Amino acid sequence: MTFSPVGAASSSVLLFFLLAAAALLLKRNQRLLITAGFSLAAVASLLAVAAGGLVVWSGLIHKLILPIGLPDLPFHLRLDPLSGFFLTVIGLLGFFVSIYSIGYCRGFLGKRSVTYLVIFYALFMAGMLLVVVADDAFFFIISWEIMAAASYFLVMFEDEHAENRKAAFLYLVVAHIGAIAILLSFGVMAGFAAGVEEGFNGYTFDAMREAKFPTGWATLAFLLAFFGFAAKAGVIPLHVWLPEAHPVAPSNVSALMSGVMLKTAIYGIIRIAFDLIHVFPWWWGAMVLVLGVITAVMGILYAVMQQDLKRLLAYSSVENIGVIIIGIGLAMIFTSFKLPVLAALALIAGLYHTLNHAMFKGFLFMGAGAVLHATQERNMEKMGGLIHKMPWTAALFLVGCISISALPPFNGFVSEWLTFQAFLFTPALPNALLKLLIPLGAALLALAAALAAACFVKAYGVTFLGHWRGHNPLNPPLLRGTKGVVEVDWFMRLGMILTAFSCLALGVLPTVVIGWMDTISEQMVGTKIAASAGAFGWVWLTPVSHERASYSGPIVFLGILAVVCATYLLLHVRRTAIHRAPIWDCGFEKLTGRMQYTATSFSMPIRRIFGFLFNIKEQVRITPPVPPCNKGGVGGLHYHLRVRDRFWGWIYEPISDVSFWVARKVGMLQQGKIHIYLIYSFVTIIILLMFFR
Amino acid sequence: MIYPIVIEILQTLILLAAAPAFIGWIRMVKCWFQGRTSPGIFQPYRDIAKLFSKDVVLAENASWIFRFTPYLVFGATVLMAGIIPILSVDLPFSATADVIALVALFAIARFFTALAGMDIGTAFGGMGSSREMTIASLAEPAMLMAIFTVSLVSQSTSLSQMVQVVAHGQFILRPSLAFALLAFILITLAETGRVPVDNPATHLELTMIHEAMILEYSGRHLALIEWAGMMKLFIFAVLGIALFLPWGVAATGVLTGIPAAFLFLIVKLGFIGIVLVLIETGLAKMRIFRVPEFLGSAFLFATLGMLSYFMLE
Repeated sequence: MTFSPVGAASSSVLLFFLLAAAALLLKRNQRLLITAGFSLAAVASLLAVAAGGLVVWSGLIHKLILPIGLPDLPFHLRLDPLSGFFLTVIGLLGFFVSIYSIGYCRGFLGKRSVTYLVIFYALFMAGMLLVVVADDAFFFIISWEIMAAASYFLVMFEDEHAENRKAAFLYLVVAHIGAIAILLSFGVMAGFAAGVEEGFNGYTFDAMREAKFPTGWATLAFLLAFFGFAAKAGVIPLHVWLPEAHPVAPSNVSALMSGVMLKTAIYGIIRIAFDLIHVFPWWWGAMVLVLGVITAVMGILYAVMQQDLKRLLAYSSVENIGVIIIGIGLAMIFTSFKLPVLAALALIAGLYHTLNHAMFKGFLFMGAGAVLHATQERNMEKMGGLIHKMPWTAALFLVGCISISALPPFNGFVSEWLTFQAFLFTPALPNALLKLLIPLGAALLALAAALAAACFVKAYGVTFLGHWRGHNPLNPPLLRGTKGVVEVDWFMRLGMILTAFSCLALGVLPTVVIGWMDTISEQMVGTKIAASAGAFGWVWLTPVSHERASYSGPIVFLGILAVVCATYLLLHVRRTAIHRAPIWDCGFEKLTGRMQYTATSFSMPIRRIFGFLFNIKEQVRITPPVPPCNKGGVGGLHYHLRVRDRFWGWIYEPISDVSFWVARKVGMLQQGKIHIYLIYSFVTIIILLMFFR
Repeated sequence: MIYPIVIEILQTLILLAAAPAFIGWIRMVKCWFQGRTSPGIFQPYRDIAKLFSKDVVLAENASWIFRFTPYLVFGATVLMAGIIPILSVDLPFSATADVIALVALFAIARFFTALAGMDIGTAFGGMGSSREMTIASLAEPAMLMAIFTVSLVSQSTSLSQMVQVVAHGQFILRPSLAFALLAFILITLAETGRVPVDNPATHLELTMIHEAMILEYSGRHLALIEWAGMMKLFIFAVLGIALFLPWGVAATGVLTGIPAAFLFLIVKLGFIGIVLVLIETGLAKMRIFRVPEFLGSAFLFATLGMLSYFMLE
């Protein structure tokens, strides 16, 4: 029997469904459930990686029509390079997170049952895999809803806190508004696609590919779809659910939600724009680009302001989605001006960032989960100095921070560099307005990248470096019933180590990965860049031409490594002593951990410079001194800071006010008296008789 | 094939050896301007040698990040010698990183320095890191805009190619480059921590930025960081030369051009040193919240450069 990608992908999905069903049987033995369940999930994820990797590599398209579905409307499956790529991304992170989960979920043992976590985890993975292989509108929407519903229950997992329930509800509302928009978009497209083939086949993607859409309807379909997917991806201003929902989910789920669930929306945008509609005016791309730039800059500015580690990561996901959307927007602009090579470059940049973000954001959420697991704390202001207690987590988290800050030789840099290269080609556009304005987008992307570095210096510095800031001493026992802060177990470490290696590999060997991804750009925009990108061998990444620009991950990596080692050895030929001494406190009283820079103070300059973009309330309250030590002075100084999204006040509060107002007005119909309801029925019948006699 | 390798090694040696001399020259000229007696051009070498011979005193809770940072900062900075055409454009490793990647190499050094500043847990370190990262994030867009403008002329971001096009092509007076140069000077002052953004000579509590981050360093660690800082200024100077005044840099395969290129380099660096001293003696250090306006004007100049390229050239 030969290995078939479709078979592997289907068996992966089936394994996940099987896991969801089997979890109920193993309910009694929670420890076994965690180990066996997540091991099975890891195997299933690997199958998806194998299927996706092979499809992208071969560039072939596999189709399958399932015998299930609605009467006369069977489900269609299709594996092409684009879905294969996302299959690989989902599977790869799913594999790492599943290994990590074996360790992470043991933290719930004795506290709460993880049965539902396992069930919905499996359904969530299955839903995401189905979304990217679905080849008709019904199947797509069903898979999309499986994914949304499963993730809703995962966000709700720790439902004893009111904030978690609220976050999950907000998530559900935004997800469904988005889903309605996507459904309507499919409706528009299916309307034009019907009649292309025999029978009622307008709902298949194949029919939509063949169909010709009038410009106005195509625009409507695209805008609806983009709105729907943007709500899922967290494009500003539709991002508000994201920083609420991602932090409250269990960390392994946050890793999947931020790492790959947002990417299914990216998949949707690419699928609709490049594959189903495939002819578009330039302003679509310009709109996508502008939204991407706004999302990137605002997302990272919000991230810098946060004190909650997981909220910070969630806002940073908003930024990275912005970066990906920028790549897609550029690709759309280049496509509409018939510049396929540049479109391929921009698309590959966006997709490469998709892969990279899946890796490092999943990774950082795993790291945040490890910190949460060990300290039971999400607020950075109460952490500090964890590098001494959790050396493995600290070293690994640093890799994630470097990657996400777009620093060479790790992977985040490669994709941002490709995006910059795509930006530098915009002077080739024939449109003068775009030529002048797009470079400003590049500058804003540079701002976002630099702020990301500031953000992650803060996140890492406050969490892992310095001294412990909490009121309780770090060790002995931090919390009742725990051993204090200790390093996490090997399953969690293994999950993170594997992800760290993939971050490094993606950063050092971009030419290999881009060579593999070539079939996608060929499918979507009709040309490849790998021939030129890898023209000088796998060491040099030269998009378009080597006179233009080049980057060599391996040489940067080895170069830094060699110089660092050489310097270290040269300086250690002669033995020199290292004296350890207490911190110099300038001769004043002993320094305490509370005197360090905190997350709030670190971001203060940025808050002051960009403060006009936020709704900031800052209060300093001085309480009078306590009587015994009544020698003037103050008793206590209370600093209160609240940074709020302006979008809440601008968009969401008016909308929710209006909907409550409408609901109240409509509610007046409900009198709770039977004779009133009888009058309603009577009036209805009279009206119907008048019109439809 | 052996010849380009020799150039690479030569450039690295020049960077390592000439960077302290360049700083010495700046300090010497500054002393002349301010009517003081200078300690001579070789004082920075003596400072570095002194620091290398001393023992290291580490804070009790310093982690490996604190000890690793000096080596990384030094390594990342030395690596740049192989990328920028200091003497010749004939560099095999020039293709390793284009000018965007070069900026990112600075960024990784800065990232680790900022982390090291937070590692000890003193208020000074955190303050320095916070300010440094803020200023860097404002400088980055201006830097990219300047690069964008310069790359329009040569249609490339590869440094060798940029130098090749401008130095060995036809000479055209370009207003866009003048604007970009102005922006680049402002960015250089901010990125290398010179007056008016930061003052490298002060350890006054509230005005320190870069010095605050490295306050806890001593011995060989401090020596490496100081040396890397000198090289950073040197690299910005030669980067400015490569982007805006590349005449004199030897072309591909011309061995005889090297001594001439070396002389040109000395003259240009001497001149840049004097300009830098003029700026530093003429201006006072500004308040930290005036820096956004300073870098905003850099951004504006770079944007004007780009617009003038599209309109005039």
